[in-house]
Amino acid sequence: MWTWFYRLASPPFVYRVAAAAAPWLMATAAAAIGYGVIDGLVFAPPDYQQGDAFRIIYVHAPAAWLSLFSYTTMAAAGAIALIWRIKVGHAVAAATAPIGASFTLLALVTGSLWGRPMWGTYWAWDPRLTSELILLFLYVGVMSLRPAFEDPARGDRAAALLAIVGVVNVPIIHYSVQWWNSLHQGPTVAKLAKPSMPGSMLWPLLSMLLGFMLFYGAVLCIRLRGEVLNRERLSAWVREAVKS
Amino acid sequence: MSVGAGVGVWRALGLVLERELLLSFRRPDQLLQPLVFFLIVTTLFPLGLSVQLSLLRDMAPGVLWVAALLASLLSLDSVFKSDADDGTLEQLALSGQGLVVIVVAKTLAHWLVSGAALVLLSPLVGTALAIPVSAFGTMLASLALGTLTLSWLGAIGAGLTVGVKRGNVILSLIVLPLAMPLLIFGAGATDRAISGTSSSGALYLLGALCVLTCTLAPFAASAALRITLE
Repeated sequence: MWTWFYRLASPPFVYRVAAAAAPWLMATAAAAIGYGVIDGLVFAPPDYQQGDAFRIIYVHAPAAWLSLFSYTTMAAAGAIALIWRIKVGHAVAAATAPIGASFTLLALVTGSLWGRPMWGTYWAWDPRLTSELILLFLYVGVMSLRPAFEDPARGDRAAALLAIVGVVNVPIIHYSVQWWNSLHQGPTVAKLAKPSMPGSMLWPLLSMLLGFMLFYGAVLCIRLRGEVLNRERLSAWVREAVKS
Repeated sequence: MSVGAGVGVWRALGLVLERELLLSFRRPDQLLQPLVFFLIVTTLFPLGLSVQLSLLRDMAPGVLWVAALLASLLSLDSVFKSDADDGTLEQLALSGQGLVVIVVAKTLAHWLVSGAALVLLSPLVGTALAIPVSAFGTMLASLALGTLTLSWLGAIGAGLTVGVKRGNVILSLIVLPLAMPLLIFGAGATDRAISGTSSSGALYLLGALCVLTCTLAPFAASAALRITLE
């Protein structure tokens, strides 16, 4: 059983697994997102207060969840790579960072589009919006540190350490931002209450969440193949793989 | 055989700290520049906004704190840089003392010449920004805790960027998001003290962050140095 685990550290093995898994992940993601989109946008009843505008939650909530999930994945992959000196971990972290930053941006954009009809403004200094914005800054920091080194191995390890420091800070930032906003009582905003949601609205949301996770997995596999190829470009197996 | 192995931890800490402070005081211009920067930035806000004292008083905690963060950041770049460039840092790392001791000494030295100096200067700026004298105690305490925490966070950032060309932009990019809770609690505490309500909650939280970084950041910063040095 453990040999299977150890093989995950081998770049050619990861390259093959990622190639095999990507189409399956993409297909299941398309199915889950397809069901979620149709059921969420067409069949779910409109919200009694927000009308049809609430439907953006089907993109917004999964994107926000994935933004945190990818950051944690990036830090965990970096930690594994630092502690056990597994190079593939750095490749996973490097492949994840832009995906996670994109999800963060998507969550911010959809959040502000939802804010326009609901709050009357594109941007309110709402705690959740603000901590999402800081998360984007953290992604930018990690993504700009990695290529700053002339020696890529150093950049990898520096980025991994920064991601770990960031993970310790994310909950602190989250709670401090909440505290800050309760201090500066801004315009009172009508907030979407936490799921006291009927099943007809909840099921498409869960399906979208699953679909986003699968989509993340699929994109990660595709990007990971590119990362591994680039990192191992001088080795014999890459020449074989590219030739065939 | 390393020379420094026979020296105790506290003695080594004292020696490195003494050396850092001596070097700083030999170059008084570099010592003063961040402080002057702090004064100039806080002067910009009333010029750009308004000289209405009531408005100034509302903005004062934020202005003071943003300026303090930026001024402290300005000198962070040099914490490890010059010693890394001329090889002193490698010698210190090979001295047989743990890298953590050297990181602690250098970070404390940075705080003493930047953060603590800002704290001493803050009553002047506070007066200019119409902060009432009754809030000075909270302002000084929050700045002292906050700048020390920032020096620790900055040591991690400086350790990570020491081998990077033009690292100080990246240094700000990675340290400022991490420092945002400091700004929130620090400015919040000062704000509450100005309006006359209890600021102890925010000060306790700042203290907690300070303890957290004092205990964890030296290890993170020395791990960062080990990555960039080797």
